[in-house]
Amino acid sequence: MKHTFILFGRQMRHFLRSPDTIITATVIPVGMMLLFVYVFGGAMKTSIGAGVSYVNYQLPGILLMAISSGISYTAVRLFTDIQKGMFARLRSMSIAKAAILWSNVLTTLVSGAISVIVIVLVALVMGFRSSAGLLAWLAAAGLLLLFTLALSWLAIIPGLTAKSVEGSYTFSYPLMFLPFLSSAFVPTATMPAALRMFAEHQPVTSIVEAVRGLLNGQPAEREIWIALAWCVGLAVTAYALARRIYKRFS
Amino acid sequence: MPDFAIQTENLRKSFKENEVLKGVDLAVLRGEIFALLGSNGAGKTTTVNILSTLLKPNGGTASVCGFDVVRQAGRVRGSISLTGQFSAVDGMLTGRENIVLIAKLRGVPHPKKTAERSLERFGLTQAADCRADTYSGGMARRLDIAMSLVGDPAVIFLDEPTTGLDPEARLAVWETIKELAGGGVTILLTTQYLEEAEQLADRIAILHGGKIIANGTLEELKKLFPPAKIEYIEKQPTLEEVFLAIIGGEGQRQ
Ligand SMILES: Nc1ncnc2c1ncn2[C@@H]1O[C@H](COP(=O)(O)OP(=O)(O)O)[C@@H](O)[C@H]1O
Ligand SMILES: [Mg+2]
Repeated sequence: MKHTFILFGRQMRHFLRSPDTIITATVIPVGMMLLFVYVFGGAMKTSIGAGVSYVNYQLPGILLMAISSGISYTAVRLFTDIQKGMFARLRSMSIAKAAILWSNVLTTLVSGAISVIVIVLVALVMGFRSSAGLLAWLAAAGLLLLFTLALSWLAIIPGLTAKSVEGSYTFSYPLMFLPFLSSAFVPTATMPAALRMFAEHQPVTSIVEAVRGLLNGQPAEREIWIALAWCVGLAVTAYALARRIYKRFS
Repeated sequence: MPDFAIQTENLRKSFKENEVLKGVDLAVLRGEIFALLGSNGAGKTTTVNILSTLLKPNGGTASVCGFDVVRQAGRVRGSISLTGQFSAVDGMLTGRENIVLIAKLRGVPHPKKTAERSLERFGLTQAADCRADTYSGGMARRLDIAMSLVGDPAVIFLDEPTTGLDPEARLAVWETIKELAGGGVTILLTTQYLEEAEQLADRIAILHGGKIIANGTLEELKKLFPPAKIEYIEKQPTLEEVFLAIIGGEGQRQ
């Protein structure tokens, strides 16, 4: 545990010292949010129906995009450590083996949380308002955290196996794109049938709907359970795979 | 029984079809500097990686400080420090932060003070607060070695410590290693440079064709040099000649 936190401190320094991490994980999502709300927002209003403002509507999707792009750095950090020999150095030290991976996961969770908080603050300035109580906020935060956890274990896999930096982070591109093929920014009702089928059954839609429901005080029990199932399923699978690959290292 | 810091017996390692170590026997005494000499691809890094628990051997035994590298890997890791073939420093951190990081991970009582002292010892005080990715190759290597020494490990592995350095930086690293001698620490260094082994090591083993083909002090190795050779100028054989003679001999026998 102690070693996990020491290494976490090191990796948080990496996060804070590399402007591109912060730009990718925070500034770009904020830019997207400005674009969606101020450029497309007016036109969207008619299709999402009354009751929820567009700032409120699109926020969960933006948050998921930020998390998905943030995890590419988890893979890059790990890959760089392996390539630069830092990984071998740590593995040859008297450190709990799990600490090396867990510290990376912890860094992803905390840096993801920072991005999420910054984006929510900007959204508040842009007029985002929530009628949710403390419990609903906590539930939404918990769901986002679980999503980040699942993706950080997923990111460990290319981090450990990639042959080049590019190879380590490209896996996150499709993930960043998933919110567009979901109900994150537009209702799925207007999509062509096949696309709509996909959009309505992919994990991002259920997570977006669950978080949106929680933050806007709408019933979303079914979505919450589906989202939970996706996140837990993904987290467990990715964790098991990552551990297996990690074992092969020695 | 002599007090061996590192001992291997019939150590074997293959990567798929590629049989890299075909039965390596090594015995390194406590407190000595031991050079493992071999050309590129001879299996030096593979040997070091097995001894530092990063790789599992396919056969034979290896122990460090009396601990088996497979069955007691944790105990081995507690006694060693690995300085890999490429400087393993964290470029995003400063030199000081790098040492503090290792000191904390090793549970050294005063990480900051330890860092201060070790930066001074390795001539890195001036650059202490610059990010390590701005360091020259020689500086990075010195920082790398400084990090390895934190917490006074009993055995240090230096894998090709001067490969890729310019002559000046190489001399500086040699000085650093020479200063470690006699401090009680055991050093296993690998090198492709005969001169480096001559300069630094108490004893030298030559790894070739997956086996140790010669082993001893520099003087002992020089005696292996074929005597019947007429030269125009009287001169001592250099280790290079010894090396080439032995390899040549092996090649003919095979
Ligand atoms: N992880 C590996 N997988 C496959 N082959 C390897 C691996 N590591 C080393 N080798 C092979 O083993 C041989 C010895 O490599 P190495 O121990 O790095 O030599 P040296 O350090 O003496 O240059 C080389 O032929 C190399 O290609
Ligand atoms: Mg090597």
